[in-house]
Amino acid sequence: MRVPRVGVLALQGDFACHAASLGALGVDGRRVTRPQDLDGLDALVLPGGESTTMLRLIEGQRLREPLERFLSEKPVLGTCAGVILLGGDSAPLPAPPFGVLDVSVERNGYGRQIDSFCAEIEAKAVGGRFPGVFIRAPRIRRVGPSVEVVAWRRSDGAEEASEPVGVRRGNTVGLTFHPELTSDLRFHRWFLAEVAGLDVPEAPVSGATTGTPAARGRS
Amino acid sequence: MSTHEQFRLKVGLAEMLKGGVIMDVMTADQARIAEEGGAAAVMALERIPARIRREGGVARMSDPRLIREIEAAVSIPVMAKCRIGHTAEAQILETLGIDFIDESEVLTPADEEHHIDKHPFKVPFVCGCRELGEALRRIGEGAAMIRTKGEAGTGNVVEAVRHMRAVTRSIRLLSALSEDELMAEAKGLAAPYELVKQVARTGKLPVPNFAAGGVATPADAALMMQLGAEAVFVGSGIFEVGLDLKPEEQRREQLRMAQAMVKAVTNYNRPEVLTEISEGLPKPMRGITLESIPEEQLLAKRGW
Repeated sequence: MRVPRVGVLALQGDFACHAASLGALGVDGRRVTRPQDLDGLDALVLPGGESTTMLRLIEGQRLREPLERFLSEKPVLGTCAGVILLGGDSAPLPAPPFGVLDVSVERNGYGRQIDSFCAEIEAKAVGGRFPGVFIRAPRIRRVGPSVEVVAWRRSDGAEEASEPVGVRRGNTVGLTFHPELTSDLRFHRWFLAEVAGLDVPEAPVSGATTGTPAARGRS
Repeated sequence: MSTHEQFRLKVGLAEMLKGGVIMDVMTADQARIAEEGGAAAVMALERIPARIRREGGVARMSDPRLIREIEAAVSIPVMAKCRIGHTAEAQILETLGIDFIDESEVLTPADEEHHIDKHPFKVPFVCGCRELGEALRRIGEGAAMIRTKGEAGTGNVVEAVRHMRAVTRSIRLLSALSEDELMAEAKGLAAPYELVKQVARTGKLPVPNFAAGGVATPADAALMMQLGAEAVFVGSGIFEVGLDLKPEEQRREQLRMAQAMVKAVTNYNRPEVLTEISEGLPKPMRGITLESIPEEQLLAKRGW
């Protein structure tokens, strides 16, 4: 079995948390900050962070075209800011997003940090309920016909699911929440195994731990 | 929401800022320059530290109107400072929808014994430290991010280096101790025992660890990242640049400095990139040597 080569865009944001989640599954998440870092990767993760800052850094590091090529061919998982980068339109941005997912995304769609929240989400792909962590999260306002919803936020108290918070088109996945801030590895495992079709070693890379230290200590 | 979930959200935002530069701004226009320059967040304040130093007097929380203007001007997170121990200023900042509060030694302390109890707030706090014990006391009070104090407004990185080295060295020492030595160590550090145990086990702070205080050039920012900082605050280093120039030129030079700082943090381990961006930069702030500052004017000594 070949250990998959997965990159994490590490220009800005919570790339270390994604690398930790991948590490717990036995995958060494490689930091991507230059075009040549994409060479030979099987899949890529676009982390949470500031989408405007990331877009500026993508231009500054001459990553625009290499990323466009990569995103059109290889499996990609984007969380939070990553969805904005993958999406179709979400003004105002300093540069156009990559438009791989036909969705309209509203930046900071729930408000500022004091409006950040944790909510249970429903995702059949990972076997049902999942702890959703939403931080200054974007909001998916429109889902195009080519896009499948893979995660829903349940509305308060209501039985039926309410709002799309995770979308997929082919081997591109966008989540508006942060599985990498929890110790629950199901979304990362699903992305690697089911979406990207890679072998998941499941043996932690040495020294790997999951989630943020805060999450680790108490969950 | 449980306190555990609340804390996860607070630390979560700190995680989102990693690898970024947080820039001090005094006006909405400066906030726009910072955002255009690639800042991951801005810190809204009435006077950047270098000015506080020059002008003296009691330094307080900024006028809410200024904070609202800055919030309206940019889409990146907006932070603001309150005085050490000034719970009411922190409540006002929370009401204004500030994304992160810096309980900061740069402002004149309101309490010389106690810091704010940060747990009841929904908004996350960042606090400064000079060594590990101070960092863990602040985390014990609920801080979701730690930064070095450095010596703000000096343009001199030496104190930030001292503080970052002190923290990382103590963490390495803790990791080498055995379980039965940790209580005595906690006593020595004057830090909560549970947090001392956690640091000893994980080999890192339980919250993100950023650098601040005296970062004046892109190379300074890169140095702090090499020493283990996960992001960098730049206070006076950008908007003290080009003060003698005409407004348009000044704006251009400040934007250039902001962009260079951001690029230096992204490429902190690549000397060839650092060389390129350091060449022909605007003249950095003049700076002050630490020996020339009277003892009572040292900001880093504030905080307990």
